[in-house]
Amino acid sequence: MPRTAGEAGRKTAATAGRRTDPEADPKADRRAERRSRRYRRDVRWSPYLFISPFFLFFTAFGLFPLLYTGWASLHRVSLHEPTTMEWAGLHNYTRLLEDEFFWNALRNTFTIGVISTVPQLLMALGLAHILNYRLRGAMFFRVAMLAPYATSVAAATLVFVLLFGRDYGMINWALGFLGIENINWQTGHWTSQLAVASIVIWRWTGYNTLIYLAAMQAVPRDLYESAALDGATRWQQFRHVTIPSLRPTILFTIVVSTIGATQLFGEPLLFGGAGGQKGGPDHAYQTLGLYMYEQGWFNFHLGRASAIAWAMFLILLLIALVNWLVVRRLRRS
Amino acid sequence: MKTLVPAGGTGKAGESGGPGTPGTPGGGGGAGKARGTAGKAGRAGGQSYGGRISYAVLILFTAGSLFPLVWTAVAASRDNTRLSQTPPPFWFGSDLLPNLQTAWTDAHMGLALLNTAVVAGTITVGTVLFCTIAGFAFAKLRFRFREVLLMLVIGTMMIPPQLSVVPLFMTIAELEWTNQLQSVILPTLVSAFGVFFMRQYLVEALPSEIIEAARVDGANSIRVVWHVVFPAARPAMAVLAMLTFVQAWNDFFWPIIALTQDNPTVQVALTGLGRGYIPDQSVIMAGALLGTLPLLLAFTLFGKQIVGGIMQGAVKG
Repeated sequence: MPRTAGEAGRKTAATAGRRTDPEADPKADRRAERRSRRYRRDVRWSPYLFISPFFLFFTAFGLFPLLYTGWASLHRVSLHEPTTMEWAGLHNYTRLLEDEFFWNALRNTFTIGVISTVPQLLMALGLAHILNYRLRGAMFFRVAMLAPYATSVAAATLVFVLLFGRDYGMINWALGFLGIENINWQTGHWTSQLAVASIVIWRWTGYNTLIYLAAMQAVPRDLYESAALDGATRWQQFRHVTIPSLRPTILFTIVVSTIGATQLFGEPLLFGGAGGQKGGPDHAYQTLGLYMYEQGWFNFHLGRASAIAWAMFLILLLIALVNWLVVRRLRRS
Repeated sequence: MKTLVPAGGTGKAGESGGPGTPGTPGGGGGAGKARGTAGKAGRAGGQSYGGRISYAVLILFTAGSLFPLVWTAVAASRDNTRLSQTPPPFWFGSDLLPNLQTAWTDAHMGLALLNTAVVAGTITVGTVLFCTIAGFAFAKLRFRFREVLLMLVIGTMMIPPQLSVVPLFMTIAELEWTNQLQSVILPTLVSAFGVFFMRQYLVEALPSEIIEAARVDGANSIRVVWHVVFPAARPAMAVLAMLTFVQAWNDFFWPIIALTQDNPTVQVALTGLGRGYIPDQSVIMAGALLGTLPLLLAFTLFGKQIVGGIMQGAVKG
């Protein structure tokens, strides 16, 4: 497109030049020449001008730190003197592999990720299906279920800490009516992970619902009509029309939630209150993000923190690779 | 303009009222109204499946979504001893003002709100501006390495913030920027998602003929951006601005490393509250309320547009 624009522009520049000077006026000729040169320069370089702010900031605050983290992970760096680095080779990494807290954090990140992402996406799918019908006050429901998204991690977690309180929390109080004894949501291994996951679920289900709803509304109506003509029930339509049409969107949300789950940080940090970087007294919900924070900013080992960051990056790449293979598999079948 | 505005609009027109009930005023109806007419509309619409059950599920879920927010206000309006009793309080008490006052002075909430407004405002303006021009270049201009650079932009959306924290911290320590707002603003001033979002929008919304016409009229690239691209991109810019503002307001990980309780953003102040800076639960809730209220207010005003924007971004992304 811009090429044609360029041609058009050059032509007009030329005609404009001709218009102002009848036949021979070297001055005007030069002016036209200059204008068209300026024009060409503009067309050639303006794209770079327009993308340069993004790439400047991205290089300074994205790419450079990414690579530098890798470099720092090969050094001993203390928080007290972040500018003095002492070469350590792969020591930070080998140490990590022997570190039970690293494996613990990795396991926790995985389990909390699963128990937050799976119910969240399933619920979102069901809710989007309901919202896809003709409903009164549909916009009210959409806005209301997105409200948690506008709430910050910090604010949300602080409320949930109160709700999950062992002695006076509302959740244990309500469970009391079902004859369930007070559950210790702060220190129990599974219960605390469930509590942390519930904050994630609360904040993100509405958001994912909207994404699914958007994709559902893009499914052509006649697909449903012909399915109905073939005698498919609502459930069969959902399974055989809606779900297959949503496959790319579902994959997209899985990837996004997985990335989010790998980086889980604020919820476990604040759920633990003072000393939250440990993820509970027994490290029951210390995630990789928290562990990195603890190593860097509480144990002052920035080099180790960098190694954990890079380990997280490698895990993400692995997930991306698996995802890519799955997508390719799905496309073929 | 063609794609974004109707997205919110169709949602409202197509979904909220059945064929015979055009009077539903979008989201303005409120819970009570929706609840009251739920069963009837389900049947009248004819298309609704299991109408009552659908509404029951939705109402239950909506209540679950809103309850913690409402209860934040309830807890903030009680005193601490009442919060450590069973059953927990369900209705508002009379201590809201003193609790807000304590949070305001002891946790620097006033300063925190001001800081966050500055930070989120600057980040929003920067992101929208830079992402729009970059998105325009990727959508409509031709230049070498365009595809490669675009892939790079998309690829960077996957990089977790944890990966850059250590060097960023070292940098601001070196520059002696610790505790200063620019250390929070600068690293988030552009966003790969924003560039991608604007590109996707402008590919369709901005006809190349208009750019050509402007060029023919002698406009240089900067004038084209100002007089053609910005007007055409305005709806998407508004959506990006809202999404960016929400995100910047709630950002958490980097600010708690770069700032301290002496010069906090709202999220840093809340972190301090949660970690025993102030032990009083009701004051903590008052702080949480203060930190959430501005966004919830904006949400009640622009909720429809934000919903439309997220749904639009989803189909395209």
